[in-house]
Amino acid sequence: MGEWVIDAENITKVYRMGEVLVNALAGVTVKIHPGEVVSIMGPSGSGKSTLMNILGCLDRPTSGEYILDGAVVSNLRDDQLALIRNRKVGFVFQSFNLLPRASAISNVELPLRYAGINKDRNEKARLALESVGLGDRIKHHPAELSGGQQQRVAIARALINDPAILMADEPTGNLDSKSGKEILELILKLNKERGTTVIIVTHDPLIAARTSRVIRLRDGLVEEA
Amino acid sequence: MDLWQSVIEALQSLTANKMRSGLTILGIVIGVAAVIAMLAAGQGAQDTITGSISGIGTNLLFVFSGNMGETVRNVQPLTLGDAEAIADPFQAPSIVAVAPAIQGSVEVTYGGEQTSTSVVGVTPDYAAVRNYHMTEGEFISADQMLGNSSVVLLGVDVADKLFGRRDGLVGEVIRIEGQPFRVQGVLESKGGSSFGSQDNQVLVPLSTAQTRLVRRTVRDRVDLILAQVIGPDDISRASDEIAQILRTRHRTAIGADDFTIFSQQDFVSTAKTITGVLTIFLGGIAAISLLVGGIGIMNIMLVSVTERTREIGLRKALGARKRDIMIQFLTESSMLSMLGGLVGILLGWLIAQIVGQIAAANATPFTPVVGINDVLLATLFSTAVGLFFGIYPANRAANLEPVEALRYE
Ligand SMILES: Nc1ncnc2c1ncn2[C@@H]1O[C@H](COP(=O)(O)OP(=O)(O)O)[C@@H](O)[C@H]1O
Ligand SMILES: [Mg+2]
Repeated sequence: MGEWVIDAENITKVYRMGEVLVNALAGVTVKIHPGEVVSIMGPSGSGKSTLMNILGCLDRPTSGEYILDGAVVSNLRDDQLALIRNRKVGFVFQSFNLLPRASAISNVELPLRYAGINKDRNEKARLALESVGLGDRIKHHPAELSGGQQQRVAIARALINDPAILMADEPTGNLDSKSGKEILELILKLNKERGTTVIIVTHDPLIAARTSRVIRLRDGLVEEA
Repeated sequence: MDLWQSVIEALQSLTANKMRSGLTILGIVIGVAAVIAMLAAGQGAQDTITGSISGIGTNLLFVFSGNMGETVRNVQPLTLGDAEAIADPFQAPSIVAVAPAIQGSVEVTYGGEQTSTSVVGVTPDYAAVRNYHMTEGEFISADQMLGNSSVVLLGVDVADKLFGRRDGLVGEVIRIEGQPFRVQGVLESKGGSSFGSQDNQVLVPLSTAQTRLVRRTVRDRVDLILAQVIGPDDISRASDEIAQILRTRHRTAIGADDFTIFSQQDFVSTAKTITGVLTIFLGGIAAISLLVGGIGIMNIMLVSVTERTREIGLRKALGARKRDIMIQFLTESSMLSMLGGLVGILLGWLIAQIVGQIAAANATPFTPVVGINDVLLATLFSTAVGLFFGIYPANRAANLEPVEALRYE
């Protein structure tokens, strides 16, 4: 393993809105060590989500080179990106994004299914739910769980394939402060136990204060500290 | 992604919208049921018709005037002379017996009862050639032929209508086109179909028919000559002999025969062609409703894709490839059509049975046949419809950009 788990050099992202070109990212360089916990902050519209999507391989940069966990991913085809997301990236969203008709354990199993893993799938998902403290809720459906519990299911799902990085876009944005704090503690605990690199997009300075490093964005550029 | 999981997931998502899925399936059910019922009815009709044709005997040749294949000018009618020439054992050694006939539609009355039926003018040999038997009385004799006798044999349907009974009728006098005829026998029922029913007819001597009932421009003219062949293996030789005789007598140009010779086999294959075309035609119309059902599937799948845009984005974020999403939606659409197909086959079978019942109640007994081929065809076809009409929505889902899809509200 190299020095950086994330090595993104001079990333730009240009959106075209009719005649107007929007420079969502105007040349961002981000380098993150394995095991780091980094937060991304910045005012609304500064490009945080765009950066997250590119680092999480949901989207491709307009220009720039991105090496994730030793592999160049900036120019991969759609299905190759899908494979990278499946194996190397775990996502936690502000709005949880669980499948409403599936039980907690089925939700957690989903990335294993797309990885083509059939063996011990159920057992693995159960262990993952136990590790986020939901061992007694595996058959529950999202509607039967609190917001904090739903976000725990999402975290178990994000980590089931043992990814290199965990991407959390405002993971506590939809939670009350108590469960928000619990979710943050859970993420930090899992980072310690498993060494998963964590990137959290947040508006909350209290959360940023708990991370080892803060990347501040403004108008598509990194603000030097 | 294993298939079993996909099927379970598809079922879950279909049952989450029971009303919608049910109505979509109904579209396919109706289409498949229509196809199955039409094919079954067509097959049943074919079996009935060919069955009743088979009843006329394998050793018979039918000779008509006119050419069905080509247009021929100066068509000469068949005459009694032609029939006598064919009966000549030196000219046509493969032929055992010949029965010319002439046919027309007539009104027959007895007392206050009246019915319209067909009258056939026949010779004594007709009984043997058509294998007719009498339940009472005698067949027409050679003397009656020569004497233009006013005698008549009744088919059982005619007997039923005029007298309300089938026996004790010999000696009664009925009127055909107003002229008195003495009943001299009743024909044994041939049973079965209404298709050219042999029970709804009366027979009179050929000479009587020619002179008094069925007027033709050419005297001596007959409508049909039946020729009984020695055995089933001699059919084609006999046919050649007849053709040779008629060509000579009618002085026709080569390749321009003004007559047609049909064997039972020819009738069967002609009937099969006609009912086959009919079946395809009806099945084709029914297939259109299946197509409409398919469009229903496409419509509902498009709605479903739009509704689940976020879900699709999420699945892609978790590592679903295009083909995973494709498979997911195609599984759903083909489940819809497959379920519709299965229910439709049952319903179609039911409809076919009901059609059979109705036919039987109307004294037109025929048995609709739901062939295993039809069932396979319908299953395959409906599943293919689901796949085909599912491709566009599934493809649309598979090609969603994950970022866009996740942002979709
Ligand atoms: N799909 C898009 N099309 C056009 N402009 C976009 C699109 N996504 C983001 N943008 C623009 O890019 C800029 C950065 O957006 P975003 O990364 O969502 O900001 P943040 O997450 O920091 O609020 C904004 O000006 C936004 O309007
Ligand atoms: Mg954002």
